[in-house]
Amino acid sequence: MRIVLTSHLRVNWIACEAHGMCAELLPERITLDDWGYPIIDERPIPAELEAHARRAVDACPTLALALERAQARRR
Amino acid sequence: MSGGPAPATLPRILAGVRSHAPMALAHHLELHGALPRFTRGRQSSALLDELQRSGLRGRGGAAFPTATKMAAVLAARGRATVVANGCEGEPASVKDRLLLERLPHLVIDGAVLAAQAVDAADVFITVDEHARSAAHAIHRALRERNDVPRGRLRVRLIAVPPGYLSGQETAVVNFLGGGPAKPTATPPPIFQRGVNRRPTLVNNVETLAHVALIARHGAGWFRELGSQTDPGSKLVTASGAVVNPGVFEIEAGAPVASLLNAAGGCTSQLRAFLLGGYAGTWVTAETGYELTLSSDALADVGASLGAGIVLALPSSACPVAEISSVAAWLSAQSAGQCGPCFNGLHAIATTLEQLRVGVGGPGALARISRWGALAAGRGSCAHPDGVVRFVRSAIDVFGPEFAEHSRRGPCPVCLRPRLLSTPFATPARAAA
Amino acid sequence: MSLPLASAVGPSAYWYLTRATGTVALILLTLAVVLGVIEVEQYSTRRTPRFAIDGVHRTASLLAVVFLIVHILTAALDSFASIPLIDAVVPFAGTYRPLWLGLGAVSFDMLLAIVLTSLARRRLGYRAWRFTHWLAYASWPLALLHGLGTGSDVKATWMLGVSGGCLIVVLSAVCVRAISGWPDQIRPRSAALALAAVFAGGLALWLPSGPLGAHWAQRSGTPKSLLHPAAGGRHG
Repeated sequence: MRIVLTSHLRVNWIACEAHGMCAELLPERITLDDWGYPIIDERPIPAELEAHARRAVDACPTLALALERAQARRR
Repeated sequence: MSGGPAPATLPRILAGVRSHAPMALAHHLELHGALPRFTRGRQSSALLDELQRSGLRGRGGAAFPTATKMAAVLAARGRATVVANGCEGEPASVKDRLLLERLPHLVIDGAVLAAQAVDAADVFITVDEHARSAAHAIHRALRERNDVPRGRLRVRLIAVPPGYLSGQETAVVNFLGGGPAKPTATPPPIFQRGVNRRPTLVNNVETLAHVALIARHGAGWFRELGSQTDPGSKLVTASGAVVNPGVFEIEAGAPVASLLNAAGGCTSQLRAFLLGGYAGTWVTAETGYELTLSSDALADVGASLGAGIVLALPSSACPVAEISSVAAWLSAQSAGQCGPCFNGLHAIATTLEQLRVGVGGPGALARISRWGALAAGRGSCAHPDGVVRFVRSAIDVFGPEFAEHSRRGPCPVCLRPRLLSTPFATPARAAA
Repeated sequence: MSLPLASAVGPSAYWYLTRATGTVALILLTLAVVLGVIEVEQYSTRRTPRFAIDGVHRTASLLAVVFLIVHILTAALDSFASIPLIDAVVPFAGTYRPLWLGLGAVSFDMLLAIVLTSLARRRLGYRAWRFTHWLAYASWPLALLHGLGTGSDVKATWMLGVSGGCLIVVLSAVCVRAISGWPDQIRPRSAALALAAVFAGGLALWLPSGPLGAHWAQRSGTPKSLLHPAAGGRHG
């Protein structure tokens, strides 16, 4: 059993203004709802999507998107 | 622990409560005994230990273990602040107002003890702007006491603008810090950074009333009522089709029937119960009669007591009209900060009203369900989750009535005034 | 400090470079401002998603800074007018057309604040970034005025065309932004349109008697020693 760091995307719903750039930059994990707000796929971000996720986080005009790291145990 | 022998029966909090006047300090001390002092150090952890052993959980709706919350505030960096939250935005609940109006000393005791437990320098007692008599009672009670203005503890009474969300933890903290009474994004959590960036303990006034009694009589005494997982007593607001609506103190796990008896029985045949308030769950009358008001039993049917609310809906009411009216009100009460919430709730409320008058179309319920899934969990506070729970359980319980309205449009009862109250109604907010 | 890069007759390569880079910087800043104003409206097509527009906005601003650095260095290096480097950030203290050069310094200072706060956005927080970003609405007009006041080519048709084109494009963007969503927030929108109209009108009134008028070099503060005895200096 080892401890790994998993990355998850988190939205600050008060800051989010539905600009939608995150969904353009990470369509694998983010889609937009009826009103343009992001629906985040809860699965952890794999290594190959990490750079794209960081770019999506950086692109958000209101800094509403964040990449969080948490520890998880994996067998 | 101090105080005379305490009976392991009810009433506990409501002991000696008078119908029109607040309990004076002398009577309060005679009834409950002197307030035990817990100063810093070993003794304040004695209070925390006692609360931990008592299993007391918050009475504001979230039911978070009180001792755990206090320990987190104590462990955080900086001088703590205590907020005794008496803002009762939930229309179906009046227990907090009652406590502040009639038993102010019990609440202040609890607040002072909480401040000692977390080594706080400031206490804020928050009350709804419109609850004038509650504010008066607290003011007079504070003047009667000599433990509060002296010493390093500052106790202030603050009036908060009315609103369903004004009493939400982060909203109250936001307002006390000079902002609007609207929820804030929670990293960092308020037990670390709350009012003026200090670690803040927010406790419902009923929770603090329990703290005041546990400090005097002990965890064992508290646990003599209730069950292992849901100990002690609770205040419940019984309303709707009962003879004497009001606040009752029940043993945790008491059957619904006993609450209804205490409220003088039902005025007519019942269709359903609303448990937990406008963010709560509807159950059929049959289910409700069988229920006991303990957190486990209620969780089994997907419900909770919330801030202690049991509302009996008579068969003579129109459930669809009630649901539609409350949903519209809840949608307007949204703080308007989070897109999925104000958009989703507005869409749901609009569709419910369309359904009520029969123009919803065949997919109305499916659309409501979809928007519910989009709104729940995608907001900064639990408001959309609560509304979705309220609407979903209503659709489950009132299936036949919804189908009828969908086919035939409004019914004769729709024309009558609503049973469920929607106070401080604001004009419907247009979705952005 | 100067390097004799050309003969004493006629403008040096540095002077050409400073004018050219200044003009390009104005165009890039115009592009950045227009995209920044418009991207709030969230127009996008399949080919040009919003993040691409945002990307061009950011890149144009950074490129503008690069061109401005060259613009400043070449102006300082040129031996004709004595423009020390410090004049690029401390306004109105120089000897060469202090007012008009100073406007450029103020504009550049604002631009630096905007760019630096944007690069450190995550650390500074949204509010600090947003507040500073509004300076763009002040920085751009000052840059335009600086160009019109100090530019040697201001009377040339192509330069007037570039300046005029930049002005039209920025005014259009501001109008689009102010009008969409009308009449919500009518006060700030009306104020924005009024300010834009005043700026454009003021420019139209000032230009003929100002930089396009006679003896502008002298009137704008060119040191007497640099003025051409016959025709108001080599700067026209």
